[in-house]
Amino acid sequence: MTERPLRIGVGAGFSDDRVGPAVALAESGEIDYLVFECLAERTVARENLARTDNPEAGYTPRLIERMEAVLPHCLRHGIRIVTNMGAANPLAAARATQAVAQAAGLGPLSVATVAGDDVADLLRARPDLVLEDGRPIEAILPQMVSANAYLGAGPIVAALETGAQVVITGRVADPSLFLAPMVHHHGWAADDWPRIAAGTLAGHLLECSTQVSGGCFADPGIKEVPGLEDLGNPIGEIGADGRVVITKLAGTGGRVDAATCTEQLLYEMHDPAGYLTPDCVLDVTDVGFAPDGVNRICATGARAAPPTSSYKVTIGYHDGYIGEGEVSYAGINAVARAELAAEVVRARLARNGHHYSEMRTDLIGMSSLHGMGAGRPEPYEVRLRIAARCGSAAAARAVGTEIRAMHVNGPAGGGGGSDPAVRKVLAVASALIPRDLVRPQVHLHDGQEG
Amino acid sequence: MVRVYDLGHSRAGDKGNTSNVSVIAYDARAWEILERELTAGRVARAYGHITAGPVRRYVLPKLRALNFVIEGALGGGVTRSLAQDKHGKSLSTLILTIELPDR
Repeated sequence: MTERPLRIGVGAGFSDDRVGPAVALAESGEIDYLVFECLAERTVARENLARTDNPEAGYTPRLIERMEAVLPHCLRHGIRIVTNMGAANPLAAARATQAVAQAAGLGPLSVATVAGDDVADLLRARPDLVLEDGRPIEAILPQMVSANAYLGAGPIVAALETGAQVVITGRVADPSLFLAPMVHHHGWAADDWPRIAAGTLAGHLLECSTQVSGGCFADPGIKEVPGLEDLGNPIGEIGADGRVVITKLAGTGGRVDAATCTEQLLYEMHDPAGYLTPDCVLDVTDVGFAPDGVNRICATGARAAPPTSSYKVTIGYHDGYIGEGEVSYAGINAVARAELAAEVVRARLARNGHHYSEMRTDLIGMSSLHGMGAGRPEPYEVRLRIAARCGSAAAARAVGTEIRAMHVNGPAGGGGGSDPAVRKVLAVASALIPRDLVRPQVHLHDGQEG
Repeated sequence: MVRVYDLGHSRAGDKGNTSNVSVIAYDARAWEILERELTAGRVARAYGHITAGPVRRYVLPKLRALNFVIEGALGGGVTRSLAQDKHGKSLSTLILTIELPDR
């Protein structure tokens, strides 16, 4: 008799992911773990700024909503939660999660945090390190607001070993969030490469949630996805021997098959023989997807080599402002009128005394997504959009204000102008730093104190 | 001529200022054409008004899939781009418009 495989459900695959499917998994998914991946590239930078203003902020804002929704079910069914929603402040995230449990009458909740991904001070001491684009780190040090290393599964495993019900991290590699429960549950060695390969493959397939179970896939008439409105979050079943099955909650919409799995396998992958994670270098060139029942796919063939001696670091830095605005045109000669409006707006912006280092003109409905390729047909309606990079909020506001003026001061029939948009840009750059400089820390908050 | 759209399906991912676009064949016959005709050069031309590249091609015969890594395609990267589609998720559907010789 074989042991029941570990079942890991995906609670979220991006910061704005839907909450309902996670609740459904917690209620009836018969899962052991619920994993939420919620950190976009710049989230930690943004939350670092939030923490500067308020020491109890700095975790992803939707943490409370998600925890309120799933904690009662997870505690009833003994499901442990692993998430990177701690962002720039895992300790405050732990306190907020415990407060949710308290308010819901769920009793003391043990939460373990993983910190040590913040390497900003380390970088300030090492301005000689080089960015991925070749610039020295000191080029952006004055504008730097955060620097975080992508930690691996190791410290998450240590956090799980404390017995905590919930593990909250800051920046960790997405597949590591999933690999850690497998390593912990099955007792895999960190250098058991066949199993680390299988677990990292499973983590990579699961990390964007429904993108493996029918999301980002449907093309009517060609690639149908049944019940897209009830799209179910995926579940990974991982055996002690490293057997991986990807599936989803029975009764939900979506599909899990070789087509959805292959699209997700190659998502955000460059060289398929060398996918770098903090836990290994993954080779997926021999991966195969075999049916294992309805909406069940067995993923095989992953190989892994030891990880590199570096951690990838994401550096958030202030990068000026972007201003933008939109206005629409329709009917005969709509495109020519939109193009005239663009010329007028650009001419007025050129004379306003501000400097724009980069400006982009889009005709939405024609060229905003794929650029102006040859032989595009003219649409009946078109929406002009201009976005520009600049050094001040005033310069950014002027962009949208000039576009808005097209209602009255531009070509015929311009309508539906947007409110002028001003964005302060938090950009990110990447670098590699030696692994031995980074010191991950694990803390247990047993919920008894206070 | 045959459209890539009729031979396979695609998804685009982002990393920094680089987009990766996969093409996965629907069947063995489609794979034969894709593997032979959908070269890095053809893809670079199709995306040439967006980026000067370079474009690298990786071949996964077991999955009947190609993976194209297209540098410079994301307007400076997700966090800096002036584009509406900062992740370039819609770039998957541009590769599908390429037409290939079917013999």
